[in-house]
Amino acid sequence: MTAPAISLRHVTKNFGMTEIIQGVDLDIRAGERHAIIGPNGAGKSTLFHLISGKHAVTDGRVYLHGSDITGLPPYEISRLGLSRSFQVTNIFPRLSVFENVRSALLWRRGYRYSFWHLIDRQKGLNDEVDAVLADIGLDARRDMPAGILAYAEQRALEIAITVASGAEVVMLDEPTAGMSHAETAEMVELIRRVTEGKTLVMVEHDMGVVFDLADRISVLVYGRIIATGAPEAVRANAEVQEAYLGEVAGAS
Amino acid sequence: MKPQGMARGGSPPGQHGQPGRLGQPGQLGPPGQLGLWAGFALLLAGLPLVFSSPVAVTIMNQMGISILFALSYNMLLGQGGMLSFGHAVYFGLGGFFAVHVMNVVDHDGWPIPLPLLPFLGGLFGLLFAVIVGSFSTRRAGTVFAMISLGIGELIAACSIIFVAFFGGEEGVSADRTMGPPVFGHAFISEIEVYVLTAVIVFLATALMYLFSRTPAGRMANAVRDNAERAEFVGYSQRHVRFISFCASGFFAGIAGGLFAINYEILTEENLNLVTSGWVLLMAYIGGVGYFIGPMVGAVLLTLLQTVVSVHTEIWRLYLGILFLLTVMYVPTGLTGLVMMHGPAWRAGRLGLLAWPYARAFLPLLAFLSGAIALLEMIHHANAAVATTWVVFGYEFGLGSVWPWSIVAALLILGFFGLRRCLPEVREAWDEANSTGEAS
Repeated sequence: MTAPAISLRHVTKNFGMTEIIQGVDLDIRAGERHAIIGPNGAGKSTLFHLISGKHAVTDGRVYLHGSDITGLPPYEISRLGLSRSFQVTNIFPRLSVFENVRSALLWRRGYRYSFWHLIDRQKGLNDEVDAVLADIGLDARRDMPAGILAYAEQRALEIAITVASGAEVVMLDEPTAGMSHAETAEMVELIRRVTEGKTLVMVEHDMGVVFDLADRISVLVYGRIIATGAPEAVRANAEVQEAYLGEVAGAS
Repeated sequence: MKPQGMARGGSPPGQHGQPGRLGQPGQLGPPGQLGLWAGFALLLAGLPLVFSSPVAVTIMNQMGISILFALSYNMLLGQGGMLSFGHAVYFGLGGFFAVHVMNVVDHDGWPIPLPLLPFLGGLFGLLFAVIVGSFSTRRAGTVFAMISLGIGELIAACSIIFVAFFGGEEGVSADRTMGPPVFGHAFISEIEVYVLTAVIVFLATALMYLFSRTPAGRMANAVRDNAERAEFVGYSQRHVRFISFCASGFFAGIAGGLFAINYEILTEENLNLVTSGWVLLMAYIGGVGYFIGPMVGAVLLTLLQTVVSVHTEIWRLYLGILFLLTVMYVPTGLTGLVMMHGPAWRAGRLGLLAWPYARAFLPLLAFLSGAIALLEMIHHANAAVATTWVVFGYEFGLGSVWPWSIVAALLILGFFGLRRCLPEVREAWDEANSTGEAS
């Protein structure tokens, strides 16, 4: 059996005295679409930051395809084939849409820190970027500065940057946040298409999206995973129902 | 939409290829670009034919040095998002090294031809940039700015301590003519130095432009825009900045080497914080968002420093006002001011602006001359150097009420004239820039 795409072993994270992530064990299988859900403040985004290297874990280990990536900087984790998006749109605002996507491709296509390749001469690279733009539906915005795109377009660009390089593991943090119903439906189709054959981990609040896309779901409540399983099993889980329904009651 | 937004808005959807904004993202070498470079070469070649006096040639040499220096600075500020207050260090060190090499050539007879010196100066600037960049590029923003300031102060202080290298207060001087002749030229006359300067300016400018079109140069822009995101696509922000920083130090050193050739002397002034501030002003006033911006700024400020300063003692005051106005109202610099007419020009509607601009020109001229006259008269009255002020051979007695009334009239007429013209200009602007889309 192949190693899980991502493995978390007793991962904890403290911010000062507060334990935000309290010993999470989780295996994300290679090739599955895995959603992480949970109430606000459960630590879902923090968990993303710990996996992708934005924050250092306080304790525990993180594995990517079986190799230990605990404590690596984000750029090294990215080079190993893990790519992520952000909850708040995180693009290169003054670069053109085209350049945003090209930036995401450069390292994985072997250009590294080259100052001896003229970038406009790299036909294969530039064609590939145009193909990504066409696929994502942003080709008409190709030469616009990314900062002036409409919100939904920026979200789509965010996804494009995340998946452009062809990373095997894709993590999306609330890809449909703030979108209209129609935009959400489009985004779901987009995600389904571009993550074909890859491992997808997503944080999502929209349960429609979650049950539509996810093969498996994990429920994170106050820094702990209380359930992991197929959508139907998780929906039927008594503890999960309590966590969601009892959220208000539990606070009193 | 506001004018600012339109200027940055770029082409409407579906229209590929941007105009010749050198160094701006997104364009795949528009066909006009080779023409621009050919024009630049022709300009460099033709200038000494038009301005042939030795003074003019000296000024043009200074412009060339400033252009390189300012362009190298913009590799940090405009391209890489690093605000440096100590860039003169690399310029000065490159210059000092070149002067010392010149002396070695002179005294020990090393056969190093003069045209190689800027390159050697560049290597010395690069060496120092590698050392400083190894720790200063970890962060951008305030930390980087403070470190650059600290290094600038430190090296300036060293110039008094290491007298053997920096020559103390009087600096180090040399004779550029003692090297082996190049194609029969010993670089005695200014025009010989001009040719050398022009060739190196052209080559180094082209190299800096090409650098901006490489993966390392493009990622410098990406890190400037969003360092965090760059890390999540595989690039260490620190390494990206480090590469730009080293390249910038190299080209600053080349400019320093050219300075050494031109003036045959370097002093602490060439690497202190004043010079570091000067290069910031050149780049910013010209426009850091465009590749040619710093070149524009370098030419303009060199003119201020050499030509305007002959006519007025308070030219630094005008420079300060110009800088403030740029920062507050035209953060894209003088180049940006021109470039924001691009969309209207491409839409073929620039003509709509011609008449309103022409009408606003007269009151603007009145207001500006009134303001300048007022400043000059106050300066002359206060400095008590003279009770008169001579303009165009015409003598104003500052004791009389007449000149003051004329100035007041110019200011008032100009001010109210501008107020009348501005709505018309704004309207024409909106019309010229309406894209036909919903806006």
